[in-house]
Amino acid sequence: MKTLILLLTLTGSSALFATEIRSFADPDKAARYDRLIGELRCLVCQNQSLADSDADLAQDLRNEVYEMIAAGQSDAEAIRFLTDRYGDFVLYRPPIKPTTFLLWGGPLLILLFGGVMAWRYARQRKPQPLSPLSEADQDTLERLKKTSG
Amino acid sequence: MSAEIGQWCLILAVLFAIAQGVFPLLGAARGIPLWMSVGRAAGRAQFLFLAIAFGCLIDGFIANDFSILYVASHSNSELPLYYRVAATWGAHEGSMLLWALILSVWTVAVTLFCRSLTLPFQARVLGVMGLISTGILLFILLTSNPFDRLVPMPPDGNDLNPLLQDFGMTIHPPMLYMGYVGLSVAFSFAIAALLGGTLDSAWARWSRPWTLVAWIFLTFGIVLGSWWAYYELGWGGWWFWDPVENASFMPWLVATALLHSLAATEKRGAFKAWTVLLAIFAFSLSLLGTFLVRSGVLTSVHAFASDPARGLFILVFLALVVGSSLLLYALRAPSIRDSAHYALISRENLLLMNNILLVTAAASILLGTLYPLVLDALQWGKISVGPPYFSNVFAPLMAPVILLAGIAPLFAWREASLAKVWGKIRWLAPAALTLGIITTALFWELKDIKVLAGLSMAFWLIGGTLLSLWSRVQLRSSVLEGLQSQSLSSYGMTIAHLGIAVFLVGLVLSDRHSVEKVVRLAPGDTAAIGRYDFIFKGIKTVDGPNFKAQEGLFEVRSEDQLITELKPQKRSYRVQRNTMTEAAIDPGVTRDLYVALGEPLDAGAWSVRLYYKPFIRWIWFGGLFMMMGGLLALLDRRYRRHKMDPLVTA
Repeated sequence: MKTLILLLTLTGSSALFATEIRSFADPDKAARYDRLIGELRCLVCQNQSLADSDADLAQDLRNEVYEMIAAGQSDAEAIRFLTDRYGDFVLYRPPIKPTTFLLWGGPLLILLFGGVMAWRYARQRKPQPLSPLSEADQDTLERLKKTSG
Repeated sequence: MSAEIGQWCLILAVLFAIAQGVFPLLGAARGIPLWMSVGRAAGRAQFLFLAIAFGCLIDGFIANDFSILYVASHSNSELPLYYRVAATWGAHEGSMLLWALILSVWTVAVTLFCRSLTLPFQARVLGVMGLISTGILLFILLTSNPFDRLVPMPPDGNDLNPLLQDFGMTIHPPMLYMGYVGLSVAFSFAIAALLGGTLDSAWARWSRPWTLVAWIFLTFGIVLGSWWAYYELGWGGWWFWDPVENASFMPWLVATALLHSLAATEKRGAFKAWTVLLAIFAFSLSLLGTFLVRSGVLTSVHAFASDPARGLFILVFLALVVGSSLLLYALRAPSIRDSAHYALISRENLLLMNNILLVTAAASILLGTLYPLVLDALQWGKISVGPPYFSNVFAPLMAPVILLAGIAPLFAWREASLAKVWGKIRWLAPAALTLGIITTALFWELKDIKVLAGLSMAFWLIGGTLLSLWSRVQLRSSVLEGLQSQSLSSYGMTIAHLGIAVFLVGLVLSDRHSVEKVVRLAPGDTAAIGRYDFIFKGIKTVDGPNFKAQEGLFEVRSEDQLITELKPQKRSYRVQRNTMTEAAIDPGVTRDLYVALGEPLDAGAWSVRLYYKPFIRWIWFGGLFMMMGGLLALLDRRYRRHKMDPLVTA
């Protein structure tokens, strides 16, 4: 039985075993494909990646990406193919360009601003050296000591 | 008939809300006790009428009264009773009414639990809440009336979106709204304190439990939403940085920051101005979330522009609330005097760092959520800001928060000695790293840097949290006495911080080691993931109350042992005619097995999604831990001793 299973797996076209719908011989390509379809937007869905969507368009685009990766094209080539057709909207990772500088740089700017404000504030709050009591205060202190003692 | 009663009650409620908003505030400003005391009665009356109105709407759903437009659009006579009740808050109009009802629940809670506050302060808190309620109720009456009639009455309704016909979805919105709206109490306390010039530690002590309750509900609501998305949407994910998710996460982050800064304000009188600002931000973000979700601006900027009434109303309301509170803040902030002084190395400053990081994270999420909308509105192009952006921004901000949380409780207030702290944590970093390396090497692969880093950080946080508990316990003569002497809020903090570690483990392991396979399976076929074999036994048709389903049967075996049988469904709902994927999950502490049916292929075969998700449950366990921590802190004795507060009448 074991030999039979081995044989069937080797031939790869068994009725007993599942066929992966899109498989790559090269695990590196498989990883790239998985990452890519996770970062591409299904254009007809509310807000879903190609990987997660069952919509027809998503299936077609998954096929396109699959073919391109399988044919040995680079990630950048696959992405360019899609953005040429659908624009930047298809990318969940917005490209870095003048209109998105603020988007990508914003968090760092906010953090720096917050950090500087906090630093200035914290320095102000440092304990002040105690100033000596005035004579009147000293008297009051003595009086209080006596009454409570 | 019930719709008309509901309509009348809604109108009465808005009148009481106006009374509650106007008289107490004017009374407090002019010192007229009678006007001030209007707030309590008006708040309770408002609650009564909103409860009746809400009851009328539920009645409309139970009675299948399709002459009510809202019922006709979101229910159907075939819908099971349970979902008919839940459908009340299943769409826009009803969920806004729920929002208003919950606000009035919070109002009544304030009238019950804050009776010992001074009359002017109470009046101001209730007054602010009354004004918020007025805005929301006018919004409902003018743009989103759930009681509008539909003529002619259709024979049957349009049904509830099948996605929402689910237990998780029925309790998720009420919990989330309890959190969102609960932040209005902290907001009202802040505004009342600004108005009355009573920003002191008593104000902070009074704000804390209210913020805590809201935070607990918000945490629970988010955990529920994430869990629901995981099992209901059929793609195995638990968070997608969707704008709707972000809308709930931003207030949570700011509320978390607020809880921490309130601690410093109460205990040390520090950060008063900042704490007030956070309270304003937290509720403003709740309102903004409501705007984002409810105005339709998310689906498309153009959808918003073509039917602007609702969106414009909330936008103006939002601008009024945020604008007037920030104006008040700007006027009063210069007179807020922070009396507290502390050294650079002190718990105060570590809490300040926590706050800066959490607020930066919330602001970045806001930036990422609004950026595509603004770009589109300016016609500078359409972009998508998705998970890759948010994780890139979020992870580097949260890593230091987690590292800080591990050691900050070991630092003393006012002035901490680095040498002392160093003495306690000398072994923490090497120990955490060693444990991280050992577990990673043992169960996964050492070259997996992200797992190694995540687990080491979790060990760091657990170790640091337990160390700080220990350092407080050993001050007493015996361990038992030490453990008994710790306050409930100190245990609460301990458990909540441990919850972050649990969450982190779930996050890292499920992210790095989940296996997903999309396969073609004919009956009798087997697909293997790791040591699990999924055997597809076949498909049969099942009848549900309002749907027909194709139900697959999968046997899961591991080394020839039967682990479980999974029965995922592909449902076709009769009324709306859309198909829903109902995943089947075998949950486990260390792994979930997850099967979702895709599409039918040729010759009885199906495309099937199979997932192996290690430790994914820890994500929600972590959230529940944080919630439990919050509950413990809430039960602390301190919040029941109000007698000595200066805000309280003698």
